[in-house]
Amino acid sequence: MRKKSSQARNNRAKIKPKLAVWKFASCDGCQLSLLDCEDELLGIAEIIEIANFAEASRHVLPGPYDLSLVEGSITTSHDADRIKDVRNQSRHLVTIGACATSGGVQALRNYAREEEYRKYVYAQPDYISALATSTPISNHVKVDFELQGCPINKTQLLEVISAFLHGRKPNINSYSECVDCKLDGNVCVMVAHGTPCLGPITHAGCGSICPRFNRGCYGCYGPQDSSNPRALGDWMVSMKRASPDFVSRSLQTYYTGNKTFHEASEDFQKNREKAEALGETESLVGRDTDREDTNRKDT
Amino acid sequence: MSSDSEIKIKAGIRPGAQSGLKTRTIKVDYLARVEGEGSLYIRTKGQEIEEVQFKIFEPPRYFEALLRGRDLTEACDITSRICGICPIAYQMSAVQAMESALGIELTNEICELRRLIFCGEWIESHTLHVYMLHAPDFLGFEDAITMAKKYPKVVSQGLQLKKIGNDLMKLVGGREIHPINVKVGGFYKLPDPSQLRKMLEPLKQARDIAAETVRFVANLEFPDFERDYEFVSFFHPKEYPINSGRIISNRGLDIEVPSYLDHFQELHVARSNALHSVLKERGEYLVGPLARYFHNEARLPENVRECARDINFEVKDCRNPFKSIIVRSLEILFACEESLRIIEAYSARGPAFVNYEVKAGIGHGCTEAPRGLLYHRYEIGSDGKIKEAKIIPPTSQNQKTIESDLFEVVRHYFSSSENELRHRCEQTVRNYDPCISCATHFLKIEREDANP
Repeated sequence: MRKKSSQARNNRAKIKPKLAVWKFASCDGCQLSLLDCEDELLGIAEIIEIANFAEASRHVLPGPYDLSLVEGSITTSHDADRIKDVRNQSRHLVTIGACATSGGVQALRNYAREEEYRKYVYAQPDYISALATSTPISNHVKVDFELQGCPINKTQLLEVISAFLHGRKPNINSYSECVDCKLDGNVCVMVAHGTPCLGPITHAGCGSICPRFNRGCYGCYGPQDSSNPRALGDWMVSMKRASPDFVSRSLQTYYTGNKTFHEASEDFQKNREKAEALGETESLVGRDTDREDTNRKDT
Repeated sequence: MSSDSEIKIKAGIRPGAQSGLKTRTIKVDYLARVEGEGSLYIRTKGQEIEEVQFKIFEPPRYFEALLRGRDLTEACDITSRICGICPIAYQMSAVQAMESALGIELTNEICELRRLIFCGEWIESHTLHVYMLHAPDFLGFEDAITMAKKYPKVVSQGLQLKKIGNDLMKLVGGREIHPINVKVGGFYKLPDPSQLRKMLEPLKQARDIAAETVRFVANLEFPDFERDYEFVSFFHPKEYPINSGRIISNRGLDIEVPSYLDHFQELHVARSNALHSVLKERGEYLVGPLARYFHNEARLPENVRECARDINFEVKDCRNPFKSIIVRSLEILFACEESLRIIEAYSARGPAFVNYEVKAGIGHGCTEAPRGLLYHRYEIGSDGKIKEAKIIPPTSQNQKTIESDLFEVVRHYFSSSENELRHRCEQTVRNYDPCISCATHFLKIEREDANP
């Protein structure tokens, strides 16, 4: 009996699931999260075959792969083709980070003229070929799960890898940042200090670090599952917590490629223009940045 | 700043000058164990090297363009997204540029804390490179994971060391990738001294591991290879420089940060996404650990210098780029030592940040990222919005030097097997720990042989 189970174990050990990590337009931070699992990395390598992870190894095994983790957004026609190839070789495909799930901060080009951006950065713009937009992976291929965050949380990454290898749904809470913030026992920075905070509309997962450091959440985990940025923005503006411009800019950063965030952002921009045209400067009062913070004793 | 780059070095032979030569190709289509995407292409004909191309095909993200119109307070967090490996370097260069434009004077305590979080980044980034990206080359492993099977203690110590660097960044900055506590004028919140003191024990362990790392890498086999580089780095009369200093070189450059653009320029090479930075007067130069050590070795703490003496490492050894792994290890030891010193003296007197008035101006910020000098320049309007942005990362400054090294390496290992030559070329690129996400840049070797 015992002999049999050890044989079964040996058989399992022989066919380790294959993991691949792919990079598109990104900062490498999300795949670094895997190398930042210092305590778990060698253990992971025991049970998973890291079959293709260029940042960490020269060793490349051919597909198909049981799980592909994809970092980065699609910004070139070459990458638009490459992602289809990755999808074809992957049983499960999980996107990690703001770039892969929403286009990243580089999606700001979507609302500008890419050509003008190119000319600003490059002396020889003709040498550069890029698409006019930066788009999430899900715009191009079927995605099995999206893990949000800029950068992602490495504990959540391990949970996602584990879930897919065991054929279950990842246990990732999609509620708002405020829930975790209260569970952590933080004082609400918006209520106590008047600091504008995107916590209510932001996806939990970072560990509510900004409020812990007396800073308002700046939305780097993207929208929670029932985000209402307009309502939050209206409230912050009416309470003089933030200027429309501040609300607009905050929504137009790491998750600017998200439709809900972006449409709300444009509304606040229009509000500002309208108020300026009518001379209603009163409605524009409110913090414009974190510059107006005062030094509190508790720091 | 940019992303796909292709470089060509002509070796003075006209294509087709020797007909009847056969072409052999060696390809490395995706350079492994670097941050980002790059490739290399080398063509030789007979005994002559015809062409060397180190290509960076990281897609462009246009950071300088998208920063325009953003508030001056936002550059710090936005530019950190250029690189997940060295976000603190970006944050520091950005806030310093804003502080110089606005004339903000920081307290000594804020400066020391900034140095501390930067030490955390040096430990984390250098250890990642030494153990996971570079050492496997010397020992003939594909990666750190296979290396761990033969050297389990070494690799697990390396991981422990890296973790301590990350923990330090987390404690001061909130998280290890894209920390959230740095702002123009200082920090959002001062770390609690008792919490920081808890790092003393781990940092003492880290110091021991770092000293062992130095001894371990000193015993690796180094190719007999030297080049006469122009080393460019910060120089500081009192300390091993991280956040401040004059920019100097061993060929007479000696300038303040604001004059950077008077002496350096970026060239955009054909069919390329990465801009090359050159010295206007003399062309290519080298930034990073080798240059820093070359100019500032005398200002390292005594035990770091002693450690270097024990392994007979001398300043002139900086001319061998393969030995950069030794300098990185010595810098890790320094960063542990420096962190201990700062934490011992820290009392959280405050303030966490200095208040300031917004005004129009131009600001320059420069810091020593783990890979070398990182320069930012911003023009700010009276409304606090960014009008112009320029960012010059270390890897685009090293790119020309990497190519020249490759040229010499190909010459040096000309008669080696294709596998060995390819591997040596890859290693040559990895000597620089190139952060291709930053420089926005692979290995294909094509040879033409006289053998029929």
